[in-house]
Amino acid sequence: MIEFKNVSKVYPNGVKALNNINLFIDKGEFLVIIGLSGAGKSTLLRLINQLIPVSTGQVIVDGVRMDTASGKILRNMRRKIGMIFQSFNIVKRMSVLSNVLSGRVGYHPTWRNVLGIYPEDDKQIAYKALQRVDILEKVHNRASDLSGGQQQRVAIARALAQQPLIMLADEPVASLDPITTVQVMDFLKEICASDGITTVANLHHVDLAWKYATRVVGVRAGEIVYDQRPSQTTKNQFIKDMEIVYGRPIHHDEFVIEEAVV
Amino acid sequence: MSDRIIVPPPKRLGQTLGILTVILVIVASAIFARFNIIEVILGLQRGGRILARMFPLPGWFGPLMETLQMAVTGTFWGALLAFPIAILSARNIVDVPWIRVPLRFFLNILRTIPAMVFAAMFVAIFGIGNFSGVIALVIFSFGLVAKLLFESIEAIDEGQVEALRSLGADTLTVIRYAVLPQILPQYISYTLYAFEINVRSAAVLGYVGAGGIGQLFERALAWRRFHEVGELVIVSFVVVLFLDFFSAKVRRSLI
Repeated sequence: MIEFKNVSKVYPNGVKALNNINLFIDKGEFLVIIGLSGAGKSTLLRLINQLIPVSTGQVIVDGVRMDTASGKILRNMRRKIGMIFQSFNIVKRMSVLSNVLSGRVGYHPTWRNVLGIYPEDDKQIAYKALQRVDILEKVHNRASDLSGGQQQRVAIARALAQQPLIMLADEPVASLDPITTVQVMDFLKEICASDGITTVANLHHVDLAWKYATRVVGVRAGEIVYDQRPSQTTKNQFIKDMEIVYGRPIHHDEFVIEEAVV
Repeated sequence: MSDRIIVPPPKRLGQTLGILTVILVIVASAIFARFNIIEVILGLQRGGRILARMFPLPGWFGPLMETLQMAVTGTFWGALLAFPIAILSARNIVDVPWIRVPLRFFLNILRTIPAMVFAAMFVAIFGIGNFSGVIALVIFSFGLVAKLLFESIEAIDEGQVEALRSLGADTLTVIRYAVLPQILPQYISYTLYAFEINVRSAAVLGYVGAGGIGQLFERALAWRRFHEVGELVIVSFVVVLFLDFFSAKVRRSLI
């Protein structure tokens, strides 16, 4: 579904973010990328939908070369790739409905988007997306009136309205409290699993990675240093292995969710 | 779509229905009472003519209205033109240095030239009259609003822009969804600010022959009719004070 071939990224200011990445992500996978801040997780994620262009190497999504795509081809690829963010990035001065409908912009000509007229079918898609994240009753609220967890659910609904093949999540729960974290992650996991959406998520917390991922990739200083399926290891071994990624042992008090929840 | 979701429309619809009902009741009772609106308007017109003869409008009223019209027209077109130019001058939306750099330079030059100088220039080009004044005000408000606006655009939350791009939006769509909602309050505020300044400028533009109440000033001074000068000073003062107060109030409520 997603393939990185010898991908490197050097920013214009000379910072080497990623070095010779080779990675193949299967359809339906829930891949979690872990690593320290600045290790290159966010860059890796943004290379998939080319919000950041690659320096060298190839990124192939659903059989299409993303690194050379541009214009209409790139936009049509991006509409197949939903993305949610740490700071939610929904348009705070618009209603919840307008935000979710904006997930449909990739399907319409520019004039239609600018006028903001959406067909009834799109509205049904938006309502269904909001229903799936259990926030349909807020449909006419202004986005800025919602709490953080609710805003992230609207962001998930917007990505769902794209009817995506792939979902990218850049630290989706880093600014949420532990209870909301579990709620948002549960929605993400359940929806992506039932729709067969391939998911790539950056997470800070190793216990979340353990709980939700079908595969965990560790990034350190721009290189992949760890690649394991939680189903093929034990939790103790997994936590011990995290020293490879973080350069120091991980303690239990660094977990967000209680042992009982896991 | 097998099972459609029916969502109750926003509460606004209830309000609209209420207003429609009230209108319906008024219209129905008017018909019932054989009340003819055209007759009333004709009667008012007659009344207006008589009123105008009873209390003649002072000589400054027409030029004052002309001054305000010039300020409104000049601000409107200037602010409208400023939007696309501000987008092109901002670094974060359309990043084309060979457009941005000359545009910013041009905007800087515009703001160094006072509206009076523009007005004098346009009087020389287009002749005496309020058209020259309006063009001068368009250019002045354009320069001001474009400069303030592009700085606001550069300060928006980039995350929303990134999110729209990730949805597959092209640049115009990004502007509509991620830029416009973020800068609209500032945009309106800057436009009102330009309007405040334009009302003051428009009041003196007549001095160089560019229309408005300034022409009366000039004439009254030239003929040494100081009681007229005094009257005009008071009228201009009251109008400017009132508009400033009003516009400042609106601007405060926006930001």
